[in-house]
Amino acid sequence: MSTLPDIAPQPERLVWQEATVVAITASTPRVKVFRLKPADWHGFTAGQHVDIRLTAPDGYQAERSYSIGSAPDGSGTIELAIDLIDDGEVSPFFHEVVEVGDTIEMRGPIGGHFIWRAEEGGPLLLIAGGSGLVPLMSILRYRALAAPEIPTALICSFRHHADWIWRDELLRRAAEEPHFSLFATLSREPAPVEGARRGRIDGALLDAALASLPAPPKTTFICGANPFVAAASTFALDAGIPFASIKAERYGG
Amino acid sequence: MATRGFFGKRPTDEVGERLPPGQYLTDDFPVLSAGPTPRVALDGWRFTVKDGVRPVASWSWEAFNQLPKTKLTRDIHCVTKWSKFNTAWSGVTIDDILAEAGVAAPSEFTLAHSYDGYSTNVPTEDLINGKAMIATHFEGQPISPDHGGPARLLVPHLYFWKSAKWVNGLQFTSRDEAGFWELRGYHMRGDPWREQRFTGD
Repeated sequence: MSTLPDIAPQPERLVWQEATVVAITASTPRVKVFRLKPADWHGFTAGQHVDIRLTAPDGYQAERSYSIGSAPDGSGTIELAIDLIDDGEVSPFFHEVVEVGDTIEMRGPIGGHFIWRAEEGGPLLLIAGGSGLVPLMSILRYRALAAPEIPTALICSFRHHADWIWRDELLRRAAEEPHFSLFATLSREPAPVEGARRGRIDGALLDAALASLPAPPKTTFICGANPFVAAASTFALDAGIPFASIKAERYGG
Repeated sequence: MATRGFFGKRPTDEVGERLPPGQYLTDDFPVLSAGPTPRVALDGWRFTVKDGVRPVASWSWEAFNQLPKTKLTRDIHCVTKWSKFNTAWSGVTIDDILAEAGVAAPSEFTLAHSYDGYSTNVPTEDLINGKAMIATHFEGQPISPDHGGPARLLVPHLYFWKSAKWVNGLQFTSRDEAGFWELRGYHMRGDPWREQRFTGD
């Protein structure tokens, strides 16, 4: 497991504060990206998340955690990509109610393990299932700003073409960034799609991603729903990636 | 301050009373860990009790399973906001482990250690008097590897990151030493009813 140098600086105390919604974009039919400007923000480390707290008029509150998808870029804003969950409580509110100019209560940044800073070096192997792409996108975007020479491969898996968040940006980065390789796969897409394979993540896809790197990955980040993370971890371990170099973050049951 | 347009999906009173602040109820059993699931073989499994750096007792899987078994059914609460009611576990209480190890008065602080290198600190008083166990079974079945099998610590009244998966030892320490998540900003105790999620909460 990781040791002290990997630990991100944490605020002494995480205080709830108001963040203003400054932009909303629909990334896919089921994912909206919210750009928030927290009132008091001192930056974050790629891979971290924030907690969101919503309060009803009678004082009832709901809290959820969301990964930051944007790079730590000094803009004083952060992007959250929120998946619509049909019978959910918080994501339908974000999708159906929240407008630019609203204020949302949040605190953060949170998380001192599933993070990456340029000085830790690479190569990097990033493996994302669905909305598990969000914290890895932060790492990928940050790397392009801070250390574009660090070799990086991203495997990302979505069910359908229409679920593929940040598709155009990823294809563009793969075309323009000489040290970044993209391995996208669509598990339930019946027709061929530009830039993506069909099928689930498997050992062959992992081998292809590893072959794109000039050396074994120093750190492998895996994020997604548990069955995806479990499968990806197994392929990674079977490919000889050391246990201690794999960081995982799992969503949902 | 109320959030514009948010009314929420309130739990029933009966459920709401059992949910610590900020938690929601789930029927799923989400899996969380900092890395892959370690591959722990039963024939090499050991569980060791240490007083500081000094081992005072150690069991193989076979010997550990000869210890008295206890059942506990409790609600559990994860710092990532989900709670799950009426989870049924069986295993060996920390009281029985201490008795077997001949440790009459452990120190005030405990660090639990795991096969994957994870550790978490728990005040010893949160482990004794029937409050915690080393669990080997969930809902009548051996605990699956993703959920911490073959054995995990179970401290149901604290946030679930304290219930270390793939546990392989308890170490009594003279001072409160932060574990894996506690070093990364999480609370040193983690009482869900006080919402002790992070340092300073």
